[in-house]
Amino acid sequence: MFENWVNILTYLSQGAWTTISIFLVAALFSFIMAFIAGLSRLSTNLLLRGFTAFYVEIFRGTSLIVQLFWLYYAVPMLFNIDLGSNWWVGVIAIGLNYGAYMSEVVRSSILSINKGQTEASIALNLSRFQRMRQVILPQALRLMLPEFGNYSIQILKGTALVSLIGLSDILYYGDIYRSSNLSEGPIAYFMVLIMYFIIALPLIWLSKKGEKIARKGVAS
Amino acid sequence: MEPIVKYDDVHKSFGDTHVLKGINLDIYPSEKIAIIGPSGSGKTTIIRLLMTLEEPTDGDIIVAGENLWKMEVGGKKKRANEKHLRSVRKDIGMVFQHFNLFPHKTILDNCVMPLVKVKKYKKKEAEEEARRMLDRVGLGDKYDAYPANLSGGQKQRVAMARALVMKPKIMLFDEVTSALDPELVGEVLEVIRDLAEHDEMAMVLVTHEMDFALEIADRVLFLDDGVIAESGTAEEVINQSENPRLQDFLKRFRNSSS
Repeated sequence: MFENWVNILTYLSQGAWTTISIFLVAALFSFIMAFIAGLSRLSTNLLLRGFTAFYVEIFRGTSLIVQLFWLYYAVPMLFNIDLGSNWWVGVIAIGLNYGAYMSEVVRSSILSINKGQTEASIALNLSRFQRMRQVILPQALRLMLPEFGNYSIQILKGTALVSLIGLSDILYYGDIYRSSNLSEGPIAYFMVLIMYFIIALPLIWLSKKGEKIARKGVAS
Repeated sequence: MEPIVKYDDVHKSFGDTHVLKGINLDIYPSEKIAIIGPSGSGKTTIIRLLMTLEEPTDGDIIVAGENLWKMEVGGKKKRANEKHLRSVRKDIGMVFQHFNLFPHKTILDNCVMPLVKVKKYKKKEAEEEARRMLDRVGLGDKYDAYPANLSGGQKQRVAMARALVMKPKIMLFDEVTSALDPELVGEVLEVIRDLAEHDEMAMVLVTHEMDFALEIADRVLFLDDGVIAESGTAEEVINQSENPRLQDFLKRFRNSSS
């Protein structure tokens, strides 16, 4: 039996790189989106703020799988835009979706930094950018770490949806395996779970560490 | 002598609350001014306007000949932008009630960062200057400590060193001993006394330490209900004024502190 498990794992691992590569790039993309959108929502520019709020609410308020289908099926037809491969469609959809969620983490962490920090920076005549870069962000980042850890685990799990737009990730190979070995369905899916969990382990470790850093934090 | 700061009929409202109702005040170079008055009279607001932490509702504040909150663009007066504010407030420094040290930086870095980023000092020169100033406030042995590991009095002295390295021409003190345990007040006042005696910069203190204010101030302002009700030397304001509100304030103060 044990041999069978290893066989299944080996089979599934053909999809591991797709899952991991989509996860890594989508996570990076969502971090970037989170900072762009999070900072934009704090901007004094009304238009920028409104536009960003629109983006965040749309992507938070609709389902990721529908967004994925939209980007994959609808957008190329409607606007004649080619997003490249379905790998890119997956990365972009996941990145935009989680970027919207995480922008709220960025925004609220920045807002939670004591107003006195901004006032002291103004009194020292730091520019707006320097205030953010030298004083607010270094403190806010610590607060963001645990939430970013959580979201990165969610992003990893979210990548399983790309099997629905024809990408051969772990879940895709799990489906294939099951359909040719029907009696082994339960064990195949169990192995899929194991596989995701193994990939998530370092992320779990990282977010624990992030939590510790945040808790140590910075007492004034 | 020309005043370095001039308040011209300055008003400030927060929502429906009219806090400052026409402040006229000249501050001269190296003058030491204490602002006293009941809580809620707008003492802190006066200096927060000068530090550009609040914007006046009406009136002008002139700093070294420049209008702080308004700038001229093509002959028209416009609301000051960030660049204008930065160029005018470079001569103003402030120490806060709650210190507002940067908790993620060592106390040396608290002083070095603004020198490097704002005054464009080289790192080495900035460190020398920061050390000199920390020595002066008696924290020469704490360069590498983080603010969290200091007592309130030490934090406030770091905050003063940090403001001082920027060499302001006007230094504002916003109730700097109010958040301190009573036994730590003395060490902070000692530093301020030293500055008042030996430094050329103008100082404006908003304080509840009445005796101390009267001792070091060249001029005492009594703020009441949003206007400067009395102004003069400590002697004039305390002993000669017949303003009943001031007498009442002083009496209540004496009673509560004895």
